[in-house]
Amino acid sequence: MNIEKNIKTLVVKKPLKLDCGKTIENFPIAYETYGSLNSKKDNAILVFHALTGDQFVTGINPVTNKDGWWSYAVGPDKAINTNKYFVICSNVIGGCMGSYGPSHKDPDQKIFGTNFPVITINDMVNAQYNLLDHFGIDKLFSITGGSMGGMQVLQFISNFPDKSKTVIPIATTSSHSAQNIAFNELGRQAITADSNWKDGNYALNETNPGKGLAVARMAAHITYLSKKGLQEKFGRKLQEREDLKFGFDADFQIESYLRYQGSVFVDRFDANSYLYITRAMDYFDLAKQFKGNLSDAFINTKAKFFIISFTSDWLYPTQENKDIVIALNSIGADVGFVEIKSDKGHDSFLLDVPDFLSALKNFLDKSYEEN
Amino acid sequence: MKNEFQVIADLIEKDKKVLDVGCADGTLMKFLKDNKNINIRGLEISKKKVQECIAKGLTVIEGNAEKDLKQFPDKSFDYVVLSQTLQAFLNPELVLDELLRVGKKAIVTIPNFAYWKVRFHLLFKGTMPITKTLPDEWYNTPNLHMCTIKDFFHFVKSKDIKIFKSLALNNLNTSIINESNLGIKNLFADLGIFLIEK
Repeated sequence: MNIEKNIKTLVVKKPLKLDCGKTIENFPIAYETYGSLNSKKDNAILVFHALTGDQFVTGINPVTNKDGWWSYAVGPDKAINTNKYFVICSNVIGGCMGSYGPSHKDPDQKIFGTNFPVITINDMVNAQYNLLDHFGIDKLFSITGGSMGGMQVLQFISNFPDKSKTVIPIATTSSHSAQNIAFNELGRQAITADSNWKDGNYALNETNPGKGLAVARMAAHITYLSKKGLQEKFGRKLQEREDLKFGFDADFQIESYLRYQGSVFVDRFDANSYLYITRAMDYFDLAKQFKGNLSDAFINTKAKFFIISFTSDWLYPTQENKDIVIALNSIGADVGFVEIKSDKGHDSFLLDVPDFLSALKNFLDKSYEEN
Repeated sequence: MKNEFQVIADLIEKDKKVLDVGCADGTLMKFLKDNKNINIRGLEISKKKVQECIAKGLTVIEGNAEKDLKQFPDKSFDYVVLSQTLQAFLNPELVLDELLRVGKKAIVTIPNFAYWKVRFHLLFKGTMPITKTLPDEWYNTPNLHMCTIKDFFHFVKSKDIKIFKSLALNNLNTSIINESNLGIKNLFADLGIFLIEK
């Protein structure tokens, strides 16, 4: 995958001590920006991507030639209006879109593979914090992201309480549940069971654990949708055939759809990155960092929070989002919360859900007016 | 803005922290924020109304007072406002206790079931009363526990809740309610407004 020509990179010279105990330095963070930073530098929004996202938030992703992952929400005159705001997004460390990750080479010029240090959500945001210095931004107007992006939002404001005016965690959790970990483990097992994985050294062996990675994606994809959404879209509809074929081909449309999702994912994502990033999500437990009291994570911030969940999201359900609201209310923080009605499951935050997009837009624009 | 909200706003001093429980479209919140520099929060059950509040730039939490008031710490607001909603809860007593726990003071308004038009309606028509304040039919009303100004007055007294101010509203007229005029106010007021503390 030759992606380098389209990727802007910040090389972080400063050493970064990771939670695992190792230190990294002189490492790249790949980023993209949209809109322009105003002279007061008070219109910047840092967007954090989810598990399989990247820095290409909107417009055409130059690597995949597909729409950016948050094209519905970000762009000129959209909810996150790039005519007004300066949007920054970077690829997480551990990722595979240019930021320091397992497909990079170690100081001995050997591809890391599973020798890359295990990273956490905390490490990701500490790495991304360097972007503020890079752009000379003292305080962001907002930080936002859904799913794992929301976890980074929570960790970021906890680590840097006065670095953002507003904070918008979406469809997320403050701690990965047993069910979340179980699904991630299923994905990791699928990858490592692929004989082409070769203990993570597939690049050296010129193989690719594509089948394992595709299965991981298929399983995860089911968790992003709701039962009702799946039933309405696919039901028991058959795939280009009149009747069942009494075999193991994709008889049903849903099978064909999942196989397609798996196969296109393999073209754009690195199997080892999938292991590392899912691990970071599983390790995420913000309350644990504060001796079990989630409120203490936010005790030093004056930021204005707006938390959004979706009715049909069973991966990061409303109650887990509400737990964050409760933790904030118990310390008298400025927090708003809305649960958006949608049958599109966890993926709702990425899709055209008008109530969600208008709430996001109104919150941002009204908060900016009060600046 | 309706007269009731003006009366409520007059009871609240500038620069206070206020929670509006069942804040609907945020009309009172917006007024308090813009005119009295109130640090205002809302709690609202309707998704549509929550969206309207967000569009006004108001901080609102989607939720149900019976379940969600418990997340707020004791005395974390100077005032907690509950407008014409107490009678719609499954357990009004519990909600009232919660209002007084969360707020240093609470402002509660109740539609008065002893208002003369309500009495006349029931007496002469023999059907469940429908008035401007009680617009719904018996089969679709959200109101589960209707009470009168007299009922509420006695109820708060029995719970050792201190009444700072009780006002009777009849269209645009506001007057003070006390022990001695309770019977009259209970007949002529459409709405009762109580400033209370525990």
